[in-house]
Amino acid sequence: MSAKHIQPNRHHYTKRTLWSGLLFGIGLAAFIDETIFHQLLRWHHFYDQSTTDVGLISDGFFHAFSWFATIGGLFLFADVRRRNGLSLTRWWGGVLTGAGAFQLYDGIIQHKLMGLHQIRYVENILPYDLVWNISAVLMIITGVFLLKRSSGKGEIFHA
Amino acid sequence: MDAGIIVLSLLLIGLYIGGGIHSSRIRHLHRWPWFRYVCWTAGVFCVWGATGSTIADQAHHDFRAHMLGHLLLGMLGPLLLVLAAPVTLLLRTLPVSAARNVSRLLRSSYAGFITHPVTATVLNIGGLWLLYTTPLYSMMHGNPWIHGAVHLHVFLAGVLFTTAMIYIDPVAHRFSFLYRIVVFIFALAGHGILSKYVYAFPPDGVPQLQAEEGAKLMYYGGDVIDAAIIFILCLHWYKAAAPEKGRETARR
Repeated sequence: MSAKHIQPNRHHYTKRTLWSGLLFGIGLAAFIDETIFHQLLRWHHFYDQSTTDVGLISDGFFHAFSWFATIGGLFLFADVRRRNGLSLTRWWGGVLTGAGAFQLYDGIIQHKLMGLHQIRYVENILPYDLVWNISAVLMIITGVFLLKRSSGKGEIFHA
Repeated sequence: MDAGIIVLSLLLIGLYIGGGIHSSRIRHLHRWPWFRYVCWTAGVFCVWGATGSTIADQAHHDFRAHMLGHLLLGMLGPLLLVLAAPVTLLLRTLPVSAARNVSRLLRSSYAGFITHPVTATVLNIGGLWLLYTTPLYSMMHGNPWIHGAVHLHVFLAGVLFTTAMIYIDPVAHRFSFLYRIVVFIFALAGHGILSKYVYAFPPDGVPQLQAEEGAKLMYYGGDVIDAAIIFILCLHWYKAAAPEKGRETARR
């Protein structure tokens, strides 16, 4: 009976590690957005008159979800780790993919289509938008690469 | 009015501490943990702060004070009071026959209905939407009865919502972690969206600047307290999902 417990269920853990990474990545991107761009630099506005209703709702749900995702993702991380099923490569892959996906959604859909606040209130916003979205795509590419590399075999991290 | 609230607050704290000390003397029961006394006292102070202190006086003409009061009355106070596990204390302090009646009440379908996560969310967040997007907010300041009813609702809905999300006291009608988390995200989103709505479209009679600062307080203050609830919810999941549980008890 105890052998069943010691032998980790690889498939189960790789899935849970991926979820932990994705959730934490989304939460991390949202958290950085909030602390650095809203609070420290004050580039982003709390609310912008051009915000559409659907933008307001989308922002509300993403904010709520990311708030949960940060905490939930870390608890999942702790859970996989206590079961000795953690692959750090896979986890980082998930983090980068999640963070990149959130940033791309924020940069294209929310900032541009839904008229939620802009990155910075300057005359020429194009360079800001380019840096924002290209860095998002780079994160996704790196993340997916790490996920591909770590799928299946799973390097096991021992606590 | 102030003196009445102070007396009531002290009475509630006194009863709780009395119940805790008394029930800890009963031989087969464990000692009532000290942090629960702290939670209860702090929770009562939050409610007192929102209803009986200078915050309450300022809230009549300052939206920021109003919002601070609501954070204390509808979120932080209820969270602390729920963490104090008052129903558990009541059940172990009361004589068995009375405790049975209390637990029958908790198992009733009415209790099941109002502590359902969706009902509690609608009562809590829906009530806030009603307050800030209709003339109710300005009506409240003209009529002390409406004022009292709104504040009572905010407090009770806050307690109900916290009870429905994190299980500290015995709960007869339970819902899975995933279910509660999904409903919680909807509630948190509803709260955040309303904050930004208030920022953009202040309630009648609230100056723009006060509305903006009050809305930010609502948004970020709500986030902090909601983060605490999410943390507790996840911690309960983490403990419930512990893989070693069965083995450890078998070994002992």
